[in-house]
Amino acid sequence: MRKIVVLLAVMTLFFFWVLGYLALAANKPPEKGEMLPVINLPIPKNPGEKNYLGLSGDGLFKIPQIKAKVVIIEIFSMYCPFCQKDAPGVNELYYTIENNPDFKTKIKLIGIGAGNSSYEVEVFKKTYKVPFPLFPDKDFVIHKACGEVRTPYFIVVNINEDGTHQIVHSQLGGYPGAEPFLELVLKSSGLK
Amino acid sequence: MQKNRLNRLILSIGVLSIFTFSSMAYGLSDAFKENIYKVGTLKPIDSVPKLKVGDRAPNFTLPSVSGENISLSQYRGKKNVVISFVPAAWTPVCSDQWPGYNIVKDIFDQNDAVLLGITVDNIPTLFAWTNQMGKLWFPVLSDFWPHGKVAKKYGVLRSNGVSERALFVIDKKGVIRYIDVHDINQRPHLEDLVNELEKLKK
Repeated sequence: MRKIVVLLAVMTLFFFWVLGYLALAANKPPEKGEMLPVINLPIPKNPGEKNYLGLSGDGLFKIPQIKAKVVIIEIFSMYCPFCQKDAPGVNELYYTIENNPDFKTKIKLIGIGAGNSSYEVEVFKKTYKVPFPLFPDKDFVIHKACGEVRTPYFIVVNINEDGTHQIVHSQLGGYPGAEPFLELVLKSSGLK
Repeated sequence: MQKNRLNRLILSIGVLSIFTFSSMAYGLSDAFKENIYKVGTLKPIDSVPKLKVGDRAPNFTLPSVSGENISLSQYRGKKNVVISFVPAAWTPVCSDQWPGYNIVKDIFDQNDAVLLGITVDNIPTLFAWTNQMGKLWFPVLSDFWPHGKVAKKYGVLRSNGVSERALFVIDKKGVIRYIDVHDINQRPHLEDLVNELEKLKK
């Protein structure tokens, strides 16, 4: 009897582990019309970044909690040549948004460093003077949840007032520059 | 008997889990497009160490992609040297290692260090591969012929003829101060290398 109980316990644990894995790991990149996978990020300690995202307190947050109508997520890596090359242009996107009083309260931009430690993310931030919040994903947890996309990968998410959200655009690489990309964000999100 | 069956079941579930759910997360740059050959999960380390911290680093002379021959001895008394062995061109983790070092020349400079990248590939292959990374500031050396001679000298030649993913930090006196023969499937984090370089100042 005891052996059967142990066996059932092992099988139950295995079942839930598989279920957990499937919930976290995706076999394809996030696409238009879908919801984001569950992504937990640390609330920035930097008051400026915390304020930019409209967050308070400590601990973790989920992307739909960002105070915005649209969030642009760049999955990047310090080790990725295209991410390095695109960095000044993505910074320009941030400044174009921030310099427009209408857009600055509605559109926010974050980066997630696939496989990058905090140190590596800071190196990228410092090297390219990145003005928006970057988050480490040292153990590829978020990267796996996003279907192990190549980098840079851009995801544009609409945040609805009721707290729900929806991906309205995603693309691998091919960053066209700040103005065309902003135009694409405005059109796909319905802000324009 | 039943206990054995239960043990076998648990073992089978464990083995099955590893093969079914282990995933290769490379974070690979789109710079390489579809040109990366997927090698799967490899035996983490497949060589026998020959050197240890405190040993004198064996000298070598290898041809570089830029055309000149580079010897370790040319840095003796002048610069600390970091040797980065990566297993092979056009493979997943390797392709996303040196581009990171390429943006931290200032860290190497601050620690009076140079970086030498080495693989067992030939020069034309290294030329094509490193061109995808942008212009690298450090020499890329070919340990192609005699095949893997330097990797073998450093105890990092694997049984299939590629090298380990390994870092050696050598001080200005030519003494090895740090060895990281890393799991070939994973990229070493930059901060570990930087910490070791900063120790050289002390």
